Amino acid sequence: MTTLGTRGLGVSFDGHPILADVDLDVRGGELVALVGPNGAGKTTLLGVLSGDVDPTSGRVTLDDKPLASYAARELARQRAMQLQKQGLAFGFRVHEVVRMGRSPWHRTAREDDDDRVVAESMERADVTDLADRLYPTLSGGEQARTSFARLLAQETPVLLLDEPTAALDIRHQESLLAVARSAAEAGAAVVVVLHDLSLAAAYADRICVLSRGRVRANGTPADVLTSALLTEVYEHPVEVIAHDGNLLVVPVRVKGVVPWPAG
Amino acid sequence: MTAAVVEHQRAGIRALAGRIGLLGGLTVALLVSLVLAAGHGQLDVPPAEVLGSLMHKIGLDIGPVPHHPQGENTLWQVRFPRVVMAALAGASLATAGALMQGVFGNPLAEPGVVGVSAGAAVAAAAAIVFELTFAGTWTIAICAFVGGLVTTTLVYAMSRDGGRTEVVTLVLTGIAINAMTSAGLAFLMFLGDTQAREEIVFWTLGSLNGSRWQYVGVVLPMAVVGIAAAMFLAPKLDLLALGDRAARHVGVDVERLRMSTIVVVAVLTAAAVAFCGIISFVGLIVPHLIRMVAGPGHRLLVPASALGGAVLLVLADLWARTLVAYADLPIGMLTALVGGPFFFWLIRRARRTAGGWA
Repeated sequence: MTTLGTRGLGVSFDGHPILADVDLDVRGGELVALVGPNGAGKTTLLGVLSGDVDPTSGRVTLDDKPLASYAARELARQRAMQLQKQGLAFGFRVHEVVRMGRSPWHRTAREDDDDRVVAESMERADVTDLADRLYPTLSGGEQARTSFARLLAQETPVLLLDEPTAALDIRHQESLLAVARSAAEAGAAVVVVLHDLSLAAAYADRICVLSRGRVRANGTPADVLTSALLTEVYEHPVEVIAHDGNLLVVPVRVKGVVPWPAG
Repeated sequence: MTAAVVEHQRAGIRALAGRIGLLGGLTVALLVSLVLAAGHGQLDVPPAEVLGSLMHKIGLDIGPVPHHPQGENTLWQVRFPRVVMAALAGASLATAGALMQGVFGNPLAEPGVVGVSAGAAVAAAAAIVFELTFAGTWTIAICAFVGGLVTTTLVYAMSRDGGRTEVVTLVLTGIAINAMTSAGLAFLMFLGDTQAREEIVFWTLGSLNGSRWQYVGVVLPMAVVGIAAAMFLAPKLDLLALGDRAARHVGVDVERLRMSTIVVVAVLTAAAVAFCGIISFVGLIVPHLIRMVAGPGHRLLVPASALGGAVLLVLADLWARTLVAYADLPIGMLTALVGGPFFFWLIRRARRTAGGWA
């Protein structure tokens, strides 16, 4: 069973602490949502988990081996990552971009699956119809779905997604997280950075709340998503409503707080 | 799902056919332009006689030999080394351009534009002025390689940020580097004697006049090694289009790939600059046209650029020496004359689509 974990993790940029004392374990078979206000360190934590950001203190391990000891290609067979925004320098077509996810498996026996896996991944991310479009001409949401298809095509036991739903419409938000969920059920360890707490409640096995670079809470959605905790962390009154078996997280809206100066 | 797989396999077969068609077509174009260019000049040799002369040289008694008494000599002493040199220089420059564009993530990168050719020329000119001969005919090529390597590394370090290079930064870096190299060349001209000065002027204008078999013997291995290495790097350059981070996520050792690409660019630029001087814009025009026809995939872009660059320079050289009777125009002047406006057009396009490079 794959395990990605951090112990006593700290990251500072330019002397400013971004993360401190983060202990987090993600095991194969579970989907963990990373949530928290802006600047809480979610993206940095995901960067550390992916091996992009070197921790200032503490350690990160993948299957009990230090993450830094993996070679680039070896690591690419273990974890895939979807960035918040994925640019592209040249006008590749969508199916070519998705196929880039297969490159860690070149010159291995699994290369034979390339065509099937690419087709299935595009189907799951709902980009089959876009297959021949030029990636730079797609909308933000379409680009995000293409990147998601590329991540799936990589077929790794660890999946890291940084705000994959930010640019998506409701239907694709739900279907993306449903696919991520089924990947977890098939044995993958999945970490998703999310802003929409109701989405996190619906799809995550576990929610890790970051606040000011520290883990404020880490547990099942029912344990973590409480009005008191969220109100404190987000510095804004938040209500949690149980509706039809789902937890709905809604900010309390005070009407007409500060009126615009007239004229 | 199976239908999708079959559809993909069909697309794969179509792509393969397209590949073979493009590379085959360019190879034929190259052979035809080599024979044409070898036959044309102050002494015209018909294509049939050019082929006949080649056949007789390799021991096959096929076709007519040149009927003009000087024909055979002209072909083997002057024309063949010259057209072969043109093909090698064109292939090297176009491949170097394709590689630079891949590693900079910017379709405007080119050895001439960003000053790598000029950097190589400064080092080569230094070898002439100081009469260095530590490696025989290879001396100038080795100096050009070192100069090209230093300049490429400098441009790279100065202009890249976060996985790609903005157009403005790249062009400005090119201006700064070209300013420094012109100063270097001016200083070397000041130091050198009359003969060295003439040779340096020749570098800056670019010319294939004076190509000899012994120089071809230096350029050929450099071009072959460089293009072979470029083919090896090509699949990884596709992934680099995703940016540094995402390329790492799919298993590319980004630092190593960049460094090897820079060395290969320096080898290829040196191969072209060492004996032909600065011939700019070939590395810009050719990969761009190939991308418009065949898409940005480097597996096809690199070999097709090599062939296309060879065709372009062989024909451009033919034009340069036949445009005005009894005059051998500097080829670097011609490529800049055509490439300059093309560069304007590319900059406008890049500005309009800001970020969305097609």
